[in-house]
Amino acid sequence: MNIALILQMAAEAEADRIALVCDGRRWSHGTLLRAAEGAARVIRGSGATHVALLDESSEAATIALFGAALAGIPYVPLNYRLADPDLAALLGRIAPAFIIGDSDRVARLSPDPGHNVHPRADFVALAEAAADGPALDETEETIAVQLFTSGTTAAPKAALLRHANLLSYILGTIEFASAPEDEATLVSVPPYHIAGIAALLSSIYAMRRILLLPAFDPDAWLALVAAERATNAFVVPTMLSRIVAAIDAGNTADISSLRAIAYGGGRMPLELIDRALDLFPNTGFANAYGLTETSSTVALLGPDEHRAAHRSDDPEVRARLGSVGRPLPTIELEIRDEAGQKLAQGERGEIYVRGDQVSGEYKERSALDAEGWFPTRDAGWLDAEGYLFLAGRADDVIVRGGENISPGEIEDVLLTHAAIADAAAVAVASAEWGEAVGIAVACRPDHDRPGEAELCALIKDRLRSSRVPERVVFVDALPYNEMGKLLRREVRKLFQD
Amino acid sequence: MKPGTKLKSVVCDTEVMVIRAGEGVIACGGAPMAEERPAERGAIDPAFAEGTRIGKRYVDAAATVELLCVKPGQGSLSLDGVALQTKDAKPLPASD
Repeated sequence: MNIALILQMAAEAEADRIALVCDGRRWSHGTLLRAAEGAARVIRGSGATHVALLDESSEAATIALFGAALAGIPYVPLNYRLADPDLAALLGRIAPAFIIGDSDRVARLSPDPGHNVHPRADFVALAEAAADGPALDETEETIAVQLFTSGTTAAPKAALLRHANLLSYILGTIEFASAPEDEATLVSVPPYHIAGIAALLSSIYAMRRILLLPAFDPDAWLALVAAERATNAFVVPTMLSRIVAAIDAGNTADISSLRAIAYGGGRMPLELIDRALDLFPNTGFANAYGLTETSSTVALLGPDEHRAAHRSDDPEVRARLGSVGRPLPTIELEIRDEAGQKLAQGERGEIYVRGDQVSGEYKERSALDAEGWFPTRDAGWLDAEGYLFLAGRADDVIVRGGENISPGEIEDVLLTHAAIADAAAVAVASAEWGEAVGIAVACRPDHDRPGEAELCALIKDRLRSSRVPERVVFVDALPYNEMGKLLRREVRKLFQD
Repeated sequence: MKPGTKLKSVVCDTEVMVIRAGEGVIACGGAPMAEERPAERGAIDPAFAEGTRIGKRYVDAAATVELLCVKPGQGSLSLDGVALQTKDAKPLPASD
């Protein structure tokens, strides 16, 4: 199996149809496939063990992804936002690599010879120049993509996605060529994120034209929707928040073409999705929950479920707006306790998933258990109808005197306070309990800051006394990474004194 | 035969990828499919000449075999002489 099949089938069926629009240049399935074949010849000739991308999204990322697949060499898109020492370490772990993108930075950080480095335009020119050449032998390589996890809690791990995992996800969730000719999807997630890779694969298989926005900016996003009549988009919650703010600030771009917005990658504040549902009354929203190690989406809250929850007076139905929906039909999902025992509906524990798209594999070891289940390290619970609610990372659990406390339950209560814009609960050292609850709170600028006693009373009333924070700090804003993930290790530092 | 194997029709342009492998003889246009196409193409059996469509998945009634058509042709697919049917996937909302 090889993910290049996706582009080969699209080119076989409709070679001249536009697959990708970037910086005004339009690429058909046929021209992309020819460039990918050329790239594969160049890459095979380089002797590299990895094909890395150190660049923003562009046609080069698509050509590199499929070119690496055809060449049979794992594709490793790197996070160009990493600090120099972190990036240098990753460059060392993939040597010798064929690297596309920021050649100056590679030369500075990883001068060790062996890397084969090409700036974006040079790579595309090389690939196109080699488009006519000898037929490429099929490869036996089974690893398609190697992604370094974002490492919000520890050093980045090298997650391996095999061709079979990614193809299984695409074939199991998408009907080939199912997108009408007018559909176009705006992709603004970075190429080193699993959502960025899944967007390329699924859009090309569905034949939904891809509109790349390499550097996200809310006004540029709105302008591109209007100019290309985008019908679909994928955003992380932070992006949606900034788009809503731009519209509120007076941006009047014509966004009437937008039929569907999918989001994921971080916690979506209830208030924001409620506001977006009002602001885009004719747009279908989908919340996708997935991980790098699961080849993207494993659970989905669909458009009808969003609208039903948004309109409902039933608290249980309404609460589903804060869920990540139900597992895909191709995925098995269980909640388990620390001993690995399956928990009943309603009980919080660690989320385990199983399915052909689930890799659960790192370069160093596989995290799958003997029956093929992957422990996600995400905590969550299922409601009576099987909707999945996330409750932070399993590692984020606060253990106070032997009692497990999920940060999410405390944060949810704090966010009901009118003056609180954002809140995080973390473990703080406690002489009495080992760990206790510390909360970091960001207040709305137009409200008075609530007193510590008031917040403690709120939590005590709504939860119980063990949840009451021992430490409270007020901050202007909580620390997030660029994908909208809360950096809890940074929050914990607020309490180190 | 295992998942991922590509089979070619010996009587038309059809190519399929095996998604689920089972027992029995997979044929296209009435002739058993092969991993390599012979130099000379045989004739299509008129009983199996409805054609294949790219991107469609083909299954037998018991769902023991599933094939994805990756190149279309004039023949149609069968397992042990019984025509395969297309499988309609329940579409999910676009999520990425």
